[in-house]
Amino acid sequence: MSEIDSFISKPWRKPSFIKRPWLRWTLIIFFLTYLLAAYATIDVNWSRVYEGLERGKKFVLAFTNPDFTTRSSDIYEGMFESIIMTITSSVVGIAISIPIALGAARNIAPLPVYLICRSIIAISRALQEIIVAILLVAIFGFGPLAGFLTLSFATIGFLSKLLAEDIESMDKVQAEAIEASGAKWTQWINYGVQPQVMPRLIGLSIYRLDINFRESAILGLVGAGGIGATLNTAFDRYEYDTAAAILLIIIMIVMALEYMSGVIRARVQ
Amino acid sequence: MPVQDLQGKQVWQRNTGRESISHWIIWLIGVAIFAYCWQKISNSTTWFFVWDAPRIADDIWTRATPPRWEYIAQLGEPIWDTLNIATLGTIFSLILAVPIAFLAAHNTTPSKFFVRPIALLIIVSSRSINSLIWALLLIAIIGPGVFAGVIAIAIRSIGFCAKLLYEAIEEIDQTQVEAITATGASRWQVMAYGIVPQILPAFAGIAVFRWDINIRESTVLGLVGAGGIGLQLSSSLNVLAWPQVSLILLVILIAVIISEWVSAKVRGAII
Repeated sequence: MSEIDSFISKPWRKPSFIKRPWLRWTLIIFFLTYLLAAYATIDVNWSRVYEGLERGKKFVLAFTNPDFTTRSSDIYEGMFESIIMTITSSVVGIAISIPIALGAARNIAPLPVYLICRSIIAISRALQEIIVAILLVAIFGFGPLAGFLTLSFATIGFLSKLLAEDIESMDKVQAEAIEASGAKWTQWINYGVQPQVMPRLIGLSIYRLDINFRESAILGLVGAGGIGATLNTAFDRYEYDTAAAILLIIIMIVMALEYMSGVIRARVQ
Repeated sequence: MPVQDLQGKQVWQRNTGRESISHWIIWLIGVAIFAYCWQKISNSTTWFFVWDAPRIADDIWTRATPPRWEYIAQLGEPIWDTLNIATLGTIFSLILAVPIAFLAAHNTTPSKFFVRPIALLIIVSSRSINSLIWALLLIAIIGPGVFAGVIAIAIRSIGFCAKLLYEAIEEIDQTQVEAITATGASRWQVMAYGIVPQILPAFAGIAVFRWDINIRESTVLGLVGAGGIGLQLSSSLNVLAWPQVSLILLVILIAVIISEWVSAKVRGAII
């Protein structure tokens, strides 16, 4: 009652998002000091930025007039390599991540297997693609093989984690019914578990294919094959019309993949 | 139910005959595509280097360990820069993402046929291009440095934040909005009192989640010259100073783990 009494005869005020006042004010003050400190340490060369605006305008205009023809063979080769890397790494990554996901689901795997698989996932998720790519290029040499290995490695962390979560939240009843019919372990996985997680697995695989394509576009920057090298050269030579053409192709393929994944996911679910 | 007749015994099967044939054909096509792609990769690989890889990996490992611990003194400023790139980039992107999200959401967009497609196009193009490419582009335009990194992170995050935010806006409870409208509130008041309180938790969650991703991304932006700890990484790699590289990778790993922990804690507190 007393809480309501305190509101009577006072105008209503919007409640704050963070209810405790001291916490709210500490956060706000902390945040403002941080902003000031950050602003003080960033030195922006405004005259250089101003000079650059001209080039920025040129680049934006290049999008209205992209040049697909002058470097068409380079673009074609880079794109082809990117797509090849995407397909192979997705296939291999998905193939490896399914057993790891089974091992990382607590309701299926025994504890030692669970811990091993979870640590594989943690390592793969903690290292960014580009850093893995640098190391793999140093080890395996330049070329699409390093990119392929990088993307496969990254796919494992992503897919296994999400798939393992889906397996953990599956319906136990169906799996028990299969087990009660005297199924072997492989049959149990095949008929009790797999049908339940299949829609999610397909959705995640297509989503990962999409991510792998986007990532493959940058691996070329460190020499791991794909369109990135061509793009980097185009920027270095200020050939904005070629760069715009490459970016447009990337955006178009990503949009197509996204549309495709929407259609397929709607069908399997 | 597909049943096969085996010498008078009825045996259950998962698929009908036609289904198994079509599955078989799809698999065949998939394997053929994979084999073709693999052959292309194999052709452009120098297999000699690959067979030699274990020796090289071992060699790099012996060079990289132990990390050069005293180098950490020089990493303080780059780490601060990295943090700034991620945080300021996230703030800028949120400022831009909020209006775009409102323009893109079905129930708040001013025009479904003109404004909404434009907003969606902005979201898709920002999402499909990696922050490293944005950084490359911005370095060509405004010169190398932390500022280019901030803008690159901001542009890259707009799509992500706006997409999640507009999905949150589309999922709001319409009755609250109607209640506010019924009191005679203006369009902006409806937004402030009917819509914003409903999406605020989602907004905070998205902001922290993206900040976590941005910490990861900003650690490598320096590879193309956009400031942060990546600059040190690329200069150490260029002079093959492997003990420094291993230390930097260790620092990046720790930063990523800390940011993930912070973001998980904050999101846990909000939801």
